[in-house]
Amino acid sequence: MINWLANPARFMRLSAGAVPWCGWAAAFVLAVGLFWSLVVAPPDYQQGDTVRIMYVHVPAAWMALSVYLFVAVASAVGLVWRHPLAEVAARAAAPIGATFTFVCLATGSLWGRPMWGAWWVWDARLTSVLILFFLYLGYIALANAFDDLSRGGKAAAVLALVGVVNLPIIKFSVDWWNTLHQPASVMRIGGPRIDISMLAPLLIMAVGFTLLFVALLMVRMRTALNERKAMALRLNAGAIPAPRPGRERVAPANTVVP
Amino acid sequence: MAAFLGLFRRDLSLALRQGGDTGLVIGFFVLAVVLFPFGVGPEPEVLQRIGAGIIWVAALLAALLSLDRLFEADYQDGELDLLALSSLPLELAVLAKCAAHWVATGLPLALTSPFLALLVDLDSGSIATLFASLLIGTPTLSLIGSVAAALSLGARRQGVVLSLLVLPLYIPPLIFGAGAVEASAVGSGARAYLLILSAVSLAALALCPWASAAALRQALE
Repeated sequence: MINWLANPARFMRLSAGAVPWCGWAAAFVLAVGLFWSLVVAPPDYQQGDTVRIMYVHVPAAWMALSVYLFVAVASAVGLVWRHPLAEVAARAAAPIGATFTFVCLATGSLWGRPMWGAWWVWDARLTSVLILFFLYLGYIALANAFDDLSRGGKAAAVLALVGVVNLPIIKFSVDWWNTLHQPASVMRIGGPRIDISMLAPLLIMAVGFTLLFVALLMVRMRTALNERKAMALRLNAGAIPAPRPGRERVAPANTVVP
Repeated sequence: MAAFLGLFRRDLSLALRQGGDTGLVIGFFVLAVVLFPFGVGPEPEVLQRIGAGIIWVAALLAALLSLDRLFEADYQDGELDLLALSSLPLELAVLAKCAAHWVATGLPLALTSPFLALLVDLDSGSIATLFASLLIGTPTLSLIGSVAAALSLGARRQGVVLSLLVLPLYIPPLIFGAGAVEASAVGSGARAYLLILSAVSLAALALCPWASAAALRQALE
């Protein structure tokens, strides 16, 4: 499967058909999920209607972590097997993951204000998610910092693998430290500790967010592949000078060149 | 082992004889700390409360300043290619360079910190803890920094990319380093913090040379 998909032309053919299906499915599931969670689901006995923030906050947090894991696995596959699509996939996924992380932080902040009385507290869960956001930004900056496209991809891949250290810290931060943030209540040993009337819309929203990610990922990968194709065509036509492969050793800006 | 020591000595004497590096780092460190009393006011209670944090943050920034020198010169003049071809494993070469970098920057930072601690009015117990925490923590700064320096070799606007990569990764040593001084100031004992800081340092010592060497190999491809 992984080798069969390694052909960019085959990926373009397959994804052209899959993008609309995924996109419409995401729209439909998110519409159902939003209606269910914002209108049908019962308000919390303590938090009232503010609990509805959870239906966006929690799936966004799950996506923030799983997209980072996706980027890291794709980076490893790209580094080890030189899989041509893995690097494209990792680069395409990073901005989507950064957006999910931002949504998670922003909704968490809006939820924290009425519940904890503060927009932001420096506890372990919030801080580690903030670091995750900065790791995403660092990844994106590093991937785009080189004239040579593949050098940027590889450097960013190593960074993504280094950053994996942060994932278990985020996941277990609520168990290791005394945090204001509540401990896990869905994915825990002994089954979820949340009523089915709230769990069902939450899971539907999670499925919707995942479909949205897959659709956006395919669109971004298709764009990246098209861009590379256009770049190659222009290079062949001699329209722009080719960047020299490998390293570029240029004189520092402050040296005087006679 | 001879190659390791030779590389260590070479890097160290280059750093010390060029002179600029260590002096610049220490100068920046002192200035950055001295700026804070102007910003937050000279009341001793305020300075005592935030002094350890200020010194740790200033040490991070000072270490960050010197990172781009870690591989850049050797990369430009081709030394790194020779290192990659030599019989010394690249991981050990990275370790030797990090050790030299630490002796030239991290160690002077730790040695200067007690004097700065006097400026922000820390008590003697806190000063000892601050010194110990910087001694344990600064090798981590060199090691984590080497990964980021290797990754950003040859990047456009390397300095900006470098700081974006390295500062988030510096947060764990900062938390436990400054936390240790805080704990000793309130009298709850800094031992646990210093132990965790040592664990972070040892983990960085075990993992960072591999990541740096992998990044260097890609830069040299």
